[in-house]
Parts: sequence; structure tokens; C-alpha cells
Amino acid sequence: MSQSGDALVKLEGVYKHFPIKQGIFFKKEIGRVHAVDGVDLEVRRGETLGIVGESGCGKSTLARCITGLHPITKGRILFEGQDIGNKPGKQFRRDVQMIFQDPYGSLNPRRRVGSIIGDPFDIHGTASGAERKRRVQELMELVGLNPEHYNRFPAEFSGGQRQRIGVARALALKPKLIVCDEPVSALDVSIQAQVINLLKDLQDELGLTYIFIAHDLSVVRYVSNRVAVMYLGKIGETADGEELYERPRHPYTNALLSAASVADPDAAEQRDRIVLIGDVPSPINPPSGCRFHPRCPKAQETCVGEVPELIARPGDPADHLTACHFPVEAGEHLARETAAIEQLSTEPTLPSA
Amino acid sequence: MSLTDLEADASLPAAGEVAAAGPIQGRSPWQLAWARLRRDKAAMISLVVIVLLIVMALIAPLISKWIGYAPAFGDRKLGITEDGLPVGLNGHHPLGTDRLGRDLLVRAVYGARISLIVGLVSTALATILGVVVGAMAGYFGGVVDTVLARFMDVTLSFPYLLFAIALAAAFGASTPLTIFVITFFSWASIGRIVRGQVISIKQREFVEAARSLGASNMRIIFIDVIPNLLAPLIVLATMTIPVAIVFEATLSFLGAGIDPRTPSWGNMLSDATETYQVAWWTLFVPAAFLLITTLAFNILGDAVRDALDPRSERLFAAQKAGRKKKKK
Repeated sequence: MSQSGDALVKLEGVYKHFPIKQGIFFKKEIGRVHAVDGVDLEVRRGETLGIVGESGCGKSTLARCITGLHPITKGRILFEGQDIGNKPGKQFRRDVQMIFQDPYGSLNPRRRVGSIIGDPFDIHGTASGAERKRRVQELMELVGLNPEHYNRFPAEFSGGQRQRIGVARALALKPKLIVCDEPVSALDVSIQAQVINLLKDLQDELGLTYIFIAHDLSVVRYVSNRVAVMYLGKIGETADGEELYERPRHPYTNALLSAASVADPDAAEQRDRIVLIGDVPSPINPPSGCRFHPRCPKAQETCVGEVPELIARPGDPADHLTACHFPVEAGEHLARETAAIEQLSTEPTLPSA
Repeated sequence: MSLTDLEADASLPAAGEVAAAGPIQGRSPWQLAWARLRRDKAAMISLVVIVLLIVMALIAPLISKWIGYAPAFGDRKLGITEDGLPVGLNGHHPLGTDRLGRDLLVRAVYGARISLIVGLVSTALATILGVVVGAMAGYFGGVVDTVLARFMDVTLSFPYLLFAIALAAAFGASTPLTIFVITFFSWASIGRIVRGQVISIKQREFVEAARSLGASNMRIIFIDVIPNLLAPLIVLATMTIPVAIVFEATLSFLGAGIDPRTPSWGNMLSDATETYQVAWWTLFVPAAFLLITTLAFNILGDAVRDALDPRSERLFAAQKAGRKKKKK
């Protein structure tokens, strides 16, 4: 990572493993889920970093590590240069907020909207009584809700409105960073656009920094300045948004982009679809070397033995980083090579397996 | 029990909104549950019975005065036959007398006081204890959970009658001791259910949201978790009251509960063992009171559960519909 001058958040070799335990009285660890496995990442002040990847690649776990909801197994997370450690302080809790995926699950069904949005004020003791109510209603107005609905229950709102309630709650303490964990994937497409535009407007207005997690590539392209592609707990490629979409270097990024739907049906028919073989390997026993090698159309011996570094590859801009031994060149057609290249294995090749 | 899922109500306020042409009135889940409960006839009858019992217990001294006999007064003139047997139902003693000539109605009414006090107090204590221990075990998990959950298992596997009789022998039968014994043997089953519910609630995103805001564990437990437990807790409590009342009667019957001189339904049943062959009413009166009370609480508990969990209501409706189809 080159310019770390205005980095708001910096992740240095972050690992998050979940132990799998068995036994009734004395739990024995029988394995670990490598949910996040050595992530280096940097989020600059005022930008939106999109994180994409398929289900189970560790995006949400990474988000929860950054917000301090999961203690990390190894590594460091620096927020404004300070290591947050495993017990984040009150100030960190104010500065970093989260918007959740499920607008139904993330609001307590037993509480009125006013008290849900006002929760941050109570917890941090920043406002109470009439002042709290006034600020809650301001927030409701800011996110496009009717402030008169202060006394309603979450069940009385639609999905999009509930997500706005979640946004209002996240904004209450004027945070610096908001981690959005698939904030629109549970919403209708028309509502998605509204919520995304709301988030963009709020960013301009309040100077927020976002980490935006999604599996919808077009949404990420629309909101993000930079994009990181995750695969099995590791970052495969990061670059400026357009750069990544125009010149993807990692074979996985290529495959992911080729799978995204295109609005024009003629164009959709024209392009190469890269269909990957097999499923995502289990994060309990991830493949050796490059995580992607069992499914990669370009895999060679090196990929099985050596973990590729996340660095700028020859010919790329300084902040286009790719973790691949044999990055894809411009004009290369992966789809046609899929059959030509022999798969080394589709199973993890760890000796213990 | 999936009673926490009151957001299944989501469709209901919408229906209300459609009906109201004027200003839209938001109804809380509790208002909706109350509306459903009011439609249930059996529940309303049970509620009336319970209210009557409570009123009766409250005005027990007035009833005693109106009949003209104190609960412990043995009426040797009109309450006992020449052969020394209890008298049956008559104008002086509306529900007859027991072997000492004491008026059964007055004693039953005073017994209601004991039963209700013991039932309500021990249920309240057991619920509080069960919620606190269950919530701690479920929320904190790990070692805390292992220790508390095993403790609940141990409590549940105690031979409770032996324990109660031993305590009564050691400390003498009394009301506080009865309440203690009932509480001690009721809280663990509540705690177990609470623990399970808390484990499922703490996975929900709103708990994570509260944590990411920096809320303390106690705040999360009391503001976010326990309010979501109120529905199953109300049901559990309504179902525990009759169990506690029967428990009290059992202990008193065995002489290990309420002081035998105090009128209670269990003590009256115990007394009746000597006379029921010649005077059926001595057994029948306390048994009837006990039956009506527990039945009313049980029906109400069932109805409250249906009212608080709209999905079980729908399931019931589906069953009914299915039965109708079969008849055709």
C-alpha cells in the first residue's frame, strides 16, 4: 500500500479463525474455519471501499472484525493510526458504525423506532429527553422518514424504510466510518437504488467513509472509489473502481465480472462467460498456495506451492494490487482456455486432508 | 416455542391501516395480542373465574362474617351431627362442615388466599430467578453457561418431595418455607427455556447492532433481549401458577407445606381423608376449588400463548379447516 498518509483504517495481516469444537464437558478443538486469512487493506478518508466476493468468502466476518464485533485471531487493525485491539473503546464505538444486511433482523421488534434511533444517544450519554427526541427526528428527516412516525414499531415499516432506520441509527453519533454489510441485498431493486443514493448523498453531506460490502458487482461499481475482491478469506485484487472493472488482472476477478449480468441482451450474448469448475473449497481446510488454484483456468505448479503476494504487477498502476502469479493480460480469453488447461486438483491438497 | 417472533405480526397493523380511513393508528404487539385474547371466549371465562377467586380471597373476612363462622371455629351445635359426623349442605353451612364442625365454604375461601399467595409469589420469584440465571447462561455462554446449565439440571433432578418433607421436618411446616420449596423447584425449568430463547435472540442482528454501538452487556440483556422474552415469559408464568398451586396443595396434604392449622386446600384435602367415606363434600369442596382454579389458569395460559403467537393461531385455524374438509 503506497499512500498511507490519509488512511482512516488500516488492516495489517488480519486473521480470524473460528474454532470448531466438539465434546460435552471438555470441548476439544477439531478444526478451524479460516474465515479471514491474512488480509492487508487500507481505507482512505472520505472514500468508499467496495468489498466483493461470493457467499462464504469472509466479507461479513471481515466487516465484523473492522467494527470490533469479532475479536481477531492475529494481526492488527489500526483506526486513525491507533490499534483498536480486541476491546475497542467508547470513542471507537462512536466513530465506527455498521449498517446491517437484514432490515428485519437488525431492528428490535419490541422497541419503537424513536428509541431504536435514540439508542446511541442513551448509550453514549450525549443527549436525553426532549433534546434526544429532537435529534432523533432530525435524523429521521435526514434519511427521508416522516419524523411523526417516531412512536411506531419496526413492523409498521417496509423493508426500505427499515433500512433507512438502520442508516439513521448509524448516523446518530456522527461517525467517521460506516461499514455497510450488504445494506441493499435484502431489498427490492427499486428500493436498492433509493437506499444507495441516500448513502451517497449522506457521504457528500457528512464526509463519511464507507466500507461497502456486497456481492452485486454493479452496485459496488456505482458506489465505490476502490474495490477489493475477496476469495476464501483473502484479498485477490484491489484497484480503483473503474480500473478493476476495465482491466481485471486476477483470473477470479475476470470470472466474477464475466458472471455479472449485463443490461443489453445482445452484448450479454457476445461476451465470454468464464464458468468455473467445482465449488468454493471449504474454508476449514483451504487449498495450499493460491487459494484459487483448484478452480483457476491458468493454474500451474507454482500456484499449488507458493502463496502469491498482493502486489502491483508489472504494467499496472501503483495501487492496482493483484495476488496472482500469472495475472491475466489484456485481451486474453480465459473462457476458451478453460478446457485446454489441465486442472491440477479440485480438492484441497493439504497433507492432513 | 417460537413466541419471540412477534414480528410475524407485520401483516396485521397493515390490515388495520387499510380499514381505518381516518388517521392511521399504530397498534403495539401487546394491543394486538389483547384484541386476539378478547375474542377467545374460554379465555375470557377463565379470566372472570380468576378475578372472582381473587375477589373472594380478598373479601374472605366479609364472607366469614356473612356466614357467621370463623375459619377455625368448630361449630359443635349445628356443625356436627349427634354421631360426631360432619353435616352436609344446609342453610347454616352452605357447603357443609368438616370433622370438627368447621364451615367448609369459609375455610375454602381462606384457603384461596393461601393458594393464590403461594401460587403467585412463588411463580414471581421463580420467574425472576429463572430469567436472571437463564439469561446469564444463554447470553454469556462458555464456562458461565456450562456451570449454570448444569446447576439447573441438578435442581431439576432433585427428588423434590423428599427434599420438601425433609425441610418441613427440620424447620417446621410454614408458608414461607412452602414458597421457598416451590420456587426452588420451579425456577430451573423456566431458566432452561429462557436460556434457549436467549441463545437464539442473541444471534439476531439487533443485538449485534447494539454491541457495535457500544452498549454494555447488561444493557443488551435488559433492553434488547429480555423484552423479546416477555411473551414466552407471560405464558410460562401463567402455566406455572397452577402447577405451584397444586404443588402447595400436595405439600400441605402431606403435612410438609402450610401449617396444618391454617386453612388451605391441601390441608382440607388432608383432613378429608378421614371423613370422605361418610361425608363426600369434605373432599369434594376443596378438590372442586383446586380443580376450577388450576383449570382456569391453564386455559388462560393456553389462550395467552395463542394470542401472543399469531402463527400458532393460524396453525390451529388450518387444522380446523382441514377437519371441516374431511367431514364433507
